[in-house]
Amino acid sequence: MQKFIIRSLQKIVTKKNVLQERCELVPYECDALTAFRALPIAVVLAETVEQIQEVMCFCQQHKIPVVSRGAGTGLSGGVLPCEDGIVLSLAKFNRIIAVDLQNRTARVEPGVRNISISQAVESDNLYYAPDPSSQLACTIGGNVAENAGGVHCLKYGLTVNNVLQVKIVTAKGELVTLGSQALDAPGYDLLAVITGSEGMLGIIVEVTVKLLPIPECTKVLMVTFDSVAKTGDAVTKIISKGIIPAGLEMMDNMTIRAAEDFLHIGYPIDATAILLCELDGTLAEVEQAINEVSLLCKEAGAIEIKLAKDEDERKLFWAGRKAAFPAVGRISPDYYCLDGTIKRKYLAEVLQKIDSLSDEYQLKVANVFHAGDGNLHPMVLYDANKPGEFERVEELGGKILELCIAVGGTITGEHGVGVEKLNHMCLQFSSGELEQFHALKRAFDPDGILNPGKVIPTLHRCAEFGAMHVHDNKLPHPDIPRF
Amino acid sequence: MLNLDNSKQLALIVNDAIKNKQPLKIFGGNSKSFYGPKSKGEPVCVAEHCGVINYQPEELVLTVRAGTTLSEIESILAEQNQKLIFEPPHFGAKATIGGAISSDINGPSSPWFGSVRDAVLGVKIINGQGEILHFGGEVMKNVAGYDVSRLMVGSMGTLGLLLEISLRILPLEKKTITFLLETTEEEAIQRCSQLNRQHLPLSAMVYYNNLLYIRLSGNIASVNSAYKTLGGELLTDNNFWYSIREHTHPFFYQTGTLWRISVPPATPPINDLDGHWLIDWGGAQRWFISDMAAEVVYAKVADVHGHATIYRNIDSIGDVFHPLTTSQRHLHKMVKQAFDPHRIFNPGRLYADL
Ligand SMILES: Cc1cc2nc3c(=O)[nH]c(=O)nc-3n(C[C@H](O)[C@H](O)[C@H](O)COP(=O)(O)OP(=O)(O)OC[C@H]3O[C@@H](n4cnc5c(N)ncnc54)[C@H](O)[C@@H]3O)c2cc1C
Repeated sequence: MQKFIIRSLQKIVTKKNVLQERCELVPYECDALTAFRALPIAVVLAETVEQIQEVMCFCQQHKIPVVSRGAGTGLSGGVLPCEDGIVLSLAKFNRIIAVDLQNRTARVEPGVRNISISQAVESDNLYYAPDPSSQLACTIGGNVAENAGGVHCLKYGLTVNNVLQVKIVTAKGELVTLGSQALDAPGYDLLAVITGSEGMLGIIVEVTVKLLPIPECTKVLMVTFDSVAKTGDAVTKIISKGIIPAGLEMMDNMTIRAAEDFLHIGYPIDATAILLCELDGTLAEVEQAINEVSLLCKEAGAIEIKLAKDEDERKLFWAGRKAAFPAVGRISPDYYCLDGTIKRKYLAEVLQKIDSLSDEYQLKVANVFHAGDGNLHPMVLYDANKPGEFERVEELGGKILELCIAVGGTITGEHGVGVEKLNHMCLQFSSGELEQFHALKRAFDPDGILNPGKVIPTLHRCAEFGAMHVHDNKLPHPDIPRF
Repeated sequence: MLNLDNSKQLALIVNDAIKNKQPLKIFGGNSKSFYGPKSKGEPVCVAEHCGVINYQPEELVLTVRAGTTLSEIESILAEQNQKLIFEPPHFGAKATIGGAISSDINGPSSPWFGSVRDAVLGVKIINGQGEILHFGGEVMKNVAGYDVSRLMVGSMGTLGLLLEISLRILPLEKKTITFLLETTEEEAIQRCSQLNRQHLPLSAMVYYNNLLYIRLSGNIASVNSAYKTLGGELLTDNNFWYSIREHTHPFFYQTGTLWRISVPPATPPINDLDGHWLIDWGGAQRWFISDMAAEVVYAKVADVHGHATIYRNIDSIGDVFHPLTTSQRHLHKMVKQAFDPHRIFNPGRLYADL
């Protein structure tokens, strides 16, 4: 069967575009969540949409699992191959097809890297707003598939708010357009459904994104605090005052130190936490906002407020934040990044609980957050070579996600469920809700060949998992509705 | 304000309907009954399932029951200097939030501040199996599971009965002004495109009868500085934006079928289509009154990568919303089947076969 599959695929995409040797397959065995690995039968490097349609027709006919892959920077195991299936790489789809300056849109192939779009239109004073920290590497197709966020999403929205149209190839090999070149489209909002669907509903083969004008002026404040509660308070004060910063990010002491060690930025290494608050707009607007934010931070008890003096210093302040993951990677052999989202007002409370969980499990946790929208990224430090350590990390991670659910939040704000958070989906959703997700999946992919086994757990799995776990009503804050 | 939880009764009604294979026609304030095709079925009123469940101004989040009226919501938000981001047209005093979400009708500011889909964070629905289900939530970022919340937006009640909605809300701007520029239609569209390429506190742009109306909203400094560079005569008619939003402007009283044309904003005037035009959303939404045949309008608008909807005064028998391609239609049917396998909810209210 394997030989038949490979030969058939070679006929569709030519021999050189089907990888099948072990050494060729290894680079495709996982994404940035390296704890989960597997080798597929083959990796197919398609070059045209027609080829993808043919590949899908073939795989549909023979019920062969297909895992689509962008740059493989995902953090939830979304591209983990199926051993009895193929990986479909979109890497060769790396062209910007057209930029429409009048309508401020760019039509691009899915393998185009996030940063390339902004680079291509920079001279026209435009940019693509969602900016995941991985933007140098990750692809726009992967961004759509994960509904990726970034520092600027607080003000400018997530991927779903910045994409107008997507073309997909369905499991049956049909090419379908979702959304439109206008601001909306007739019928159901299937564009929203495909966004964040993690490769489960269709292969994204073309994306039209919105472009925004580069603001006239951008400034960043670095604000130092001696307590997490005060930092959380400052965040709440800024937002409730009606100021929506372009970015509002928080780093805790361990992350500050790691970033400082790595890049020598001039971060205050004794601070309990820092906030980076970016404000953009016209010069007058930004000046007014800087004054207001500074005042609010002082009221909240900030120790020091520093305005980046020029563009170089602004970039430097951000460099530490954007490199937080690799910086933490330097101080520990391995780290495990979580992605829960909570309401802003629970920031301090949840952080304190994470602290005590960290003590209980004897595992260090470094924290960075998209504080403005309540998206936490606790990073649990560990050593994968120590037997049993990863299991403890997973358990601690699970506890942190339960905490997020308990305060009315969610288990994933932007990294997706993948294979990693399947169990936690059982905590966040009822069986009726999970069944509804499965029904929606079948609407797009009746035979379940796209990324099978991911994102939505089977009820059977939840029943087994439930047996080992506390139920909703025993979680802390039983008084807080789960909705 | 009324605070009534009718969810149990509504679930009973839906379950009975499933058992008896009796389609239901869902309505809230009946303010949008003119919009879209009519549906068959036993009327079910959601207006008595109403009230605010959770409002946290500092989190910029509001959760309400679907039958809550837009006016009540807007007055509660205004007390905290906040607003709904999509500036919803009401089209009647009793308009409910459930109807606004289901029909996805957006006001003049939505290209800049966001439309219904940009506001919806979570929903609670009764699906076509009679189950009460939650999707999304009250947090700004949430990618757990598929985005069912946004799927409800604009589905015209054909996928489920909306019980509750969580919305992202926005602070009211400190200052708003409108000014006028005299220009032709073609120049106005180009002008809007140029303005859209600058970082300006735009909140609405409408062209009608040789005048381009530009509204700026933002903090005081940004509105003042933008106005200083753009100039133009200030508009004193406070009623203007209301009249555009609620279709009480004289333009809308002309005879003929009212179309909503949605196109890429910089699309030049569509001269092939003969009738009266009012350009909204800086070119992206255009109101068109004409007696031209529906097929012709659909085809001409598709040629410029847009889509058309018969908005008012429907007398055609075909689709009211822009016809879908065969493959889109197939996906739509499958999605309908996934949510409402017995075709209980608003059959035909979006497309004849849904
Ligand atoms: C250092 C680092 C920092 C990060 N920072 C952020 C951040 O700030 N914000 C954020 O949101 N994420 C972040 N991520 C996560 C990751 O970069 C994003 O999820 C990104 O969108 C994945 O893009 P990719 O091209 O690498 O996708 P992949 O990892 O290749 O794939 C991800 C998922 O999308 C599916 N997929 C990919 N392409 C397609 C396609 N064309 N059609 C259908 N399905 C497809 C895959 O099957 C898989 O399920 C970070 C990751 C790293 C390693």
